[in-house]
Amino acid sequence: MKQCDLVIVGGGPAGLAAAIAAKKNGINDILIVERDEKLGGILNQCIHNGFGLHTFHEELTGPEYAYRFIQMAEELEIPYMTGSMVLDITPEKKLTVINRTEGVMEIQAKSVILAMGCRERPRGALNIPGYRPMGIYSAGTAQRLVNVDGFLPGKEVVILGSGDIGLIMARRMTLEGAKVKVVAELMPYSGGLKRNIVQCLDDFGIPLKLSHTVVEIKGKQKLEGVTLARVDEHNRPIPGTEEYYACDTLLLSCGLIPENELSREMGIAMNPVTNGPVVDESLETSIPGVFVCGNVLHVHDLVDFVSEEAAVAGRNAADYIRGNMEEKKSQGIPVETEGGIRYSVPSVVEPERMHEPVKVRFRVGNVYTNCYISLYLDDIRIQRKKRQIVTPGEMEEMVLKKEFFQEYGRPEKIRIVLEQAKQDDREVNGNE
Amino acid sequence: MSNRILTCIGCPMGCTLQVEMDGQIVKSVTGNTCKRGDTYARKEVTDPTRIVTTTVRLKNGGVVSVKTKEDIPKGKILECVKELKQLVVEGPVKIGQVVLENTAGTGIPVVATSFSK
Ligand SMILES: Cc1cc2nc3c(=O)[nH]c(=O)nc-3n(C[C@H](O)[C@H](O)[C@H](O)COP(=O)(O)OP(=O)(O)OC[C@H]3O[C@@H](n4cnc5c(N)ncnc54)[C@H](O)[C@@H]3O)c2cc1C
Ligand code: SF4
Repeated sequence: MKQCDLVIVGGGPAGLAAAIAAKKNGINDILIVERDEKLGGILNQCIHNGFGLHTFHEELTGPEYAYRFIQMAEELEIPYMTGSMVLDITPEKKLTVINRTEGVMEIQAKSVILAMGCRERPRGALNIPGYRPMGIYSAGTAQRLVNVDGFLPGKEVVILGSGDIGLIMARRMTLEGAKVKVVAELMPYSGGLKRNIVQCLDDFGIPLKLSHTVVEIKGKQKLEGVTLARVDEHNRPIPGTEEYYACDTLLLSCGLIPENELSREMGIAMNPVTNGPVVDESLETSIPGVFVCGNVLHVHDLVDFVSEEAAVAGRNAADYIRGNMEEKKSQGIPVETEGGIRYSVPSVVEPERMHEPVKVRFRVGNVYTNCYISLYLDDIRIQRKKRQIVTPGEMEEMVLKKEFFQEYGRPEKIRIVLEQAKQDDREVNGNE
Repeated sequence: MSNRILTCIGCPMGCTLQVEMDGQIVKSVTGNTCKRGDTYARKEVTDPTRIVTTTVRLKNGGVVSVKTKEDIPKGKILECVKELKQLVVEGPVKIGQVVLENTAGTGIPVVATSFSK
């Protein structure tokens, strides 16, 4: 059986950045396994600009951002295998890989980094009544068809869901000559970036209908149109608000879920909120030596944070392989979230194992204005950040430093709390 | 005097900005919570620009992704896209390669953003 120090599952931005960091930290025997024909992951189909502002201080398109990392990996001579899919990983870190030319092979790894990304929620989960005629696509599928295959799925389009992929596709289909009639969003706010609402919808006069959903699909073989209706606060359609739109294409942009079949089958402990593995400060899963990063851990909207997080996983995997990682002596300190924060990554922290400050990332479940995000060790507030607004669409972060624990002692729990600011407390965003 | 209503893209607040104009001259910006909103509004009403990203056809089938090397006036987007729709380039195309010297009379080139077969 082939042996390998570090196997990385997935060659998207997460897998690439993890590999680069591991190599720079002294690990030479690395293998990236990528299912697709080329490296780069989902970025290959995201041809719009807006990537890399944090990392490179310029606005790159998805393929350009990916190429920067592919180039780095090639310069570092990191081995990779494309057209190869990981079918199974045992808790002992034995991987089964299938490759079109070489068939099935087994690889025994010392450490594994999971970087499989995410996929779109299937439409079956959407509960739209009626037939399933041709012409209904997930927004990501349409994105691949248009941008990679050069095929325009239709001429008259309705988009359900105003996440970034839906917004980006509204502009993309318009530029390709289709008429995008409306974008409907179930929630009273859009999950997409403001910039995308302005530049993808407003620029082209495409209406956005908040608190709306599809209540009927017309057409048996081919899509003929959809009926939208306004919904009440319980997301129930309000009778009498129906509006019919003739269209040949319906794009569904209803969110992403981490692709964790492999992790589940390995028996890794999962977080039901993120649908990703539970991780500690080192981004290590419940199986020692198995690390995880990128969209398979939790869905990111900015690829820059994916690359940053993946580098942490890569450095820690290198430490693990070289025997530089302290063994877990305890369960670690739980990170609890309160006041509307849905989850945090990591969700446990062992200060003894912190070699560098740890970024705790999290999302809120609703839109909140004029508030503070605070970090507590038990009941002692260590840090507070003012926010004019926090939204589910934008990931927030707090930095945990080892000094906090040296100064205040080891707490029972670490708490990240969203707190309302006083009405007249109108200072702008900032740290305290 | 005329009024323009914009949404600031500076941060997720998305402040609604009112811009008071006298012809091409900005008289006042209101509704912004911070300075960035003011700067954005002034640029957006006098000289709105965008980077355009799309694909162009390859002679041997398929497409390659491209972008305008710099941002172009917003009013030129559709003209630029129309031009690129008619363009057919010969592969293999390399990332960064110029596929069109001057788009929509802006003087700005269009470059490939990926490799083609
Ligand atoms: C449509 C869309 C638009 C976006 N727009 C922006 C934007 O404007 N700006 C921005 O900063 N970010 C944007 N993002 C976010 C950013 O692109 C992602 O967060 C980033 O690509 C995630 O990287 P990843 O490596 O975790 O996942 P991916 O890029 O999905 O890579 C995962 C890789 O793993 C491979 N894989 C999965 N399972 C296996 C297996 N079993 N065996 C082998 N290989 C496997 C997949 O083939 C894939 O290549 C966007 C994302 C999407 C989906
Ligand atoms: S004006 Fe300032 S606070 Fe308001 S959206 Fe723009 S950047 Fe954000």
